Amino acid sequence: MAKRSPGRKVLPTILIHLGLAVGLVFACFPIVWMFFTSLKSNTEIFTLPPQLLPKELTFSAYAAIFNDPTNLRFFLNSYLVAGAVAVLTVLIALPAAYSFSRFSFRFKNTLNVFIISTQTVPPITLLIPYFGMVVMFGIFDTYFALILTYMVFTLPYAILLLTGYLNTLPRELDEAVLVDGGTNWSALWRVIVPLSVPGIVATAVYTFLLAWNEFLFALTLTKSMSMRTVPIGIELLMGQHAFKWNEMMAMSVLGSLPLLVLYLLAQRYFLAGMTAGAIKA
Amino acid sequence: MAAGSRPAAIRQNLSRPPRRTGFRQDKSRMSLAHEHPAMGPRKARPAGRVSYQTKMRLVPFAYVAPAMALFALLMLYPMVAVLRYSLQDRAITKKNAAFVGLDNYQTIFSDPVFWQAVGNTLYFTVVSVVFHLLIGLGFALMLNSDRVNPTLRSVLRVLYILPWLFTAVIIAIIWRLLLDPEGVINGVLMSLHIVDFKVEWFSSPNTALHALTFVNIWAGYPLYMVSLLAGLQGISRDLYEAAGIDGANAWQKFRYVTIPQLTPIMLSIAMLDFIWTMQVFALVWMTTGGGPIYATEVLSTYTYKQAFSQYQFSLASASAVCILILSLGVTYFYIKHQKAR
Repeated sequence: MAKRSPGRKVLPTILIHLGLAVGLVFACFPIVWMFFTSLKSNTEIFTLPPQLLPKELTFSAYAAIFNDPTNLRFFLNSYLVAGAVAVLTVLIALPAAYSFSRFSFRFKNTLNVFIISTQTVPPITLLIPYFGMVVMFGIFDTYFALILTYMVFTLPYAILLLTGYLNTLPRELDEAVLVDGGTNWSALWRVIVPLSVPGIVATAVYTFLLAWNEFLFALTLTKSMSMRTVPIGIELLMGQHAFKWNEMMAMSVLGSLPLLVLYLLAQRYFLAGMTAGAIKA
Repeated sequence: MAAGSRPAAIRQNLSRPPRRTGFRQDKSRMSLAHEHPAMGPRKARPAGRVSYQTKMRLVPFAYVAPAMALFALLMLYPMVAVLRYSLQDRAITKKNAAFVGLDNYQTIFSDPVFWQAVGNTLYFTVVSVVFHLLIGLGFALMLNSDRVNPTLRSVLRVLYILPWLFTAVIIAIIWRLLLDPEGVINGVLMSLHIVDFKVEWFSSPNTALHALTFVNIWAGYPLYMVSLLAGLQGISRDLYEAAGIDGANAWQKFRYVTIPQLTPIMLSIAMLDFIWTMQVFALVWMTTGGGPIYATEVLSTYTYKQAFSQYQFSLASASAVCILILSLGVTYFYIKHQKAR
């Protein structure tokens, strides 16, 4: 936009920055409040007038979380499940995405529409038959139940994102391998995969986020404390000691930490995943 | 993936012209690219063996097979199963459950709580989607303004996205703390004399649904913001210049250039958001659990309670099928819209 006379420019600029400031408070205040609450002692949680900063900084809430092996198990479970889901999703989605990107075949369009539609199937609808199936297969209350069911929700998104990424790589790469007597399979793993690292990272990171945040299936398909994941752990904390707000906030901070770190390190990958038909569980 | 290539992969997939559809047209290319060079495409083969071309025709399916097997087992089969349960009496809990036709549907349709859940779901969903769109668009426009310093813009963009990172359970817990009768929101509102008593946001039937919707609005706008920001950056400057030459003022530029350019993105995100918001479970479960007295009961919590508190799996399946039909209805328009783009 061309420079205008200062008189016309100042007021809108002030208004916009005012709006941005209001937006910042709206977006971040709850998160900041959570963080500082986790550093308060439990007697300081509700004070009038409200105080953002703790009068006395204490890490006792974090100590309480870390001293309870049950909580550590929740974290271990979440890392295991989300990690396994991310790896398996990428491994299964890659060939499928390669096929969508490189071949044309009958029913391709139908399958594509099918994959997009699967993203909109309500989890609660699938949960009821899953419950029956998981019991029938004898995998109720195991990691396997969670990993398998989470993949139904991560795969469509992963295939779409990876197909989009592979479409940006020139077909001549594959053809070079084929001319040299290689197969599509070796083209995929030897040439395409090494070049797709950003797309794969975006997919894995976002898949991890979906699995890490999932609640409904974890609530229903697991039962013992040794199989519960972090979101369920937080729910249990809520039930157990409804008034230990500082511990619940500490657990929430710790439960969001992996995602925050991933987000800050790999922001653009996150955004890629988020807008690639962002399935948020 | 480069920041510029952001607008959804789905959209890229669907809006790409259907090049090389049908196998036949594709043969020339296939034989060049995908056949072993040693074997000529028209070479005669001994009878009784599967031809090389037939094999090659199966290759694309082999690549998608693992994914499709998983979808068949965990998507198609369960959908059939839930439909079957919904037509049976006491499914899952009883072996050889009897077929009862639409009885379960009749039962839930005559349940006033079901209709309250439908109403709550609609209110929750429509208000959430509208405000997600307004807030997302507002933030995107402010961030995109060239009156904002680029460094400030990128810092704010990171911060504005933060609510989206948090899982529903954590969002629920944060807001239960903030909206506690003794909490900071009441503290601030009372000191500003906007309210004069400690409002029980989540436990009063008058405020619970609004409070819940507000929390969901807070949690969901970043998706719109990010997508619309990408959309705004994709609008050609020429359009604004042309509008300027035609004498358009800032409002007219916004109304006749920006909005029409963003409409396709807004529509697709709003439809996806509508579908996903309709299915929200964890947030409701962890803030109000559907209460007080069904004031925030939504279809997903209604279904969940039927199944896992009452063990009425048949009724739950009937209600789950209703959610599925609603979702697929919107999905139909979503896919049509994506294809048209």
